[in-house]
Amino acid sequence: MDKDKRPYITCRELIEFLHLYLDGELPPDRVAEFERHLSVCDSCVNYLKTYREAVALGKAACRDWDAPAASEFPEELVAAVLSARRRES
Amino acid sequence: MLEARMGAQGHDEPASERDLVLRLKSGDEEAFERLVREHGGRLLAVARRFLRDEEEARDAVQECFLSAYRSINNFEQGSRLSTWLHRIVINASLMRLRSRQRKPEEPIEDFLPRFHADGHQVNHPTPDWEGSAESLLARSQTRAIVRAAIDRLPESYRAVLLLRDIEEMSTEEAAQSLGVTKNAVKIRLHRARQALRGLLEPQFRRTAEC
Repeated sequence: MDKDKRPYITCRELIEFLHLYLDGELPPDRVAEFERHLSVCDSCVNYLKTYREAVALGKAACRDWDAPAASEFPEELVAAVLSARRRES
Repeated sequence: MLEARMGAQGHDEPASERDLVLRLKSGDEEAFERLVREHGGRLLAVARRFLRDEEEARDAVQECFLSAYRSINNFEQGSRLSTWLHRIVINASLMRLRSRQRKPEEPIEDFLPRFHADGHQVNHPTPDWEGSAESLLARSQTRAIVRAAIDRLPESYRAVLLLRDIEEMSTEEAAQSLGVTKNAVKIRLHRARQALRGLLEPQFRRTAEC
């Protein structure tokens, strides 16, 4: 088939295997097919972009999740742990 | 890597920690109390993140410290206590997750993109968002919105997302912790990230300008 007339991969194929594309785990010919699709599909470009933003937001939002609590360890829990340890020894 | 997240390189082990480990290995009760007080808060926060239940999180931390007490003689010279305890509390939390009675949860498919028979997305075109992650994080409510979205993920997907993206475990480490294959971790992580994207989209999508 004429290289330029071959069908594009579908949005479904691109989105379902996006992780392999982003992790560099696709062979070069598949990478070329992904990039050919992205060159004509703004919707998938937006999907890829917002997928990356979601991952970045998840990491950033949780980075300081435990910051305020890190120094808070209830005294009764300290006592419970020490008491359980004594029972073990 | 988990080591990187904990800022714990083996060769940087401070003398005070070496001393603490020696005292722990000799059964010193004061050393054990110091261990509990120094690391308890952070470990409780990790357990809360996985279990979303205060009582269970406290039980997991207690199990973690007892497990550490029993196995301190296996603690390897050059490791860091923080990294070691972090791993133990994650495993204790995952054990609890596995033994929980399965509660009905929203199927992950509800949050994933849907496609027509021709392979196009049902919600075509995918909208852009109002800003980058960096600019969205400048808003006071963004972190709460994202955390609430992570909390809505089904348990097995949420656990993988926490292990890989938040605790920064490698695929192999996460697979070992969960008792699944590396490929299963990769697929679950992708679906969890897709679902997170889908849950965040209504909050952050760019609305049409008037």
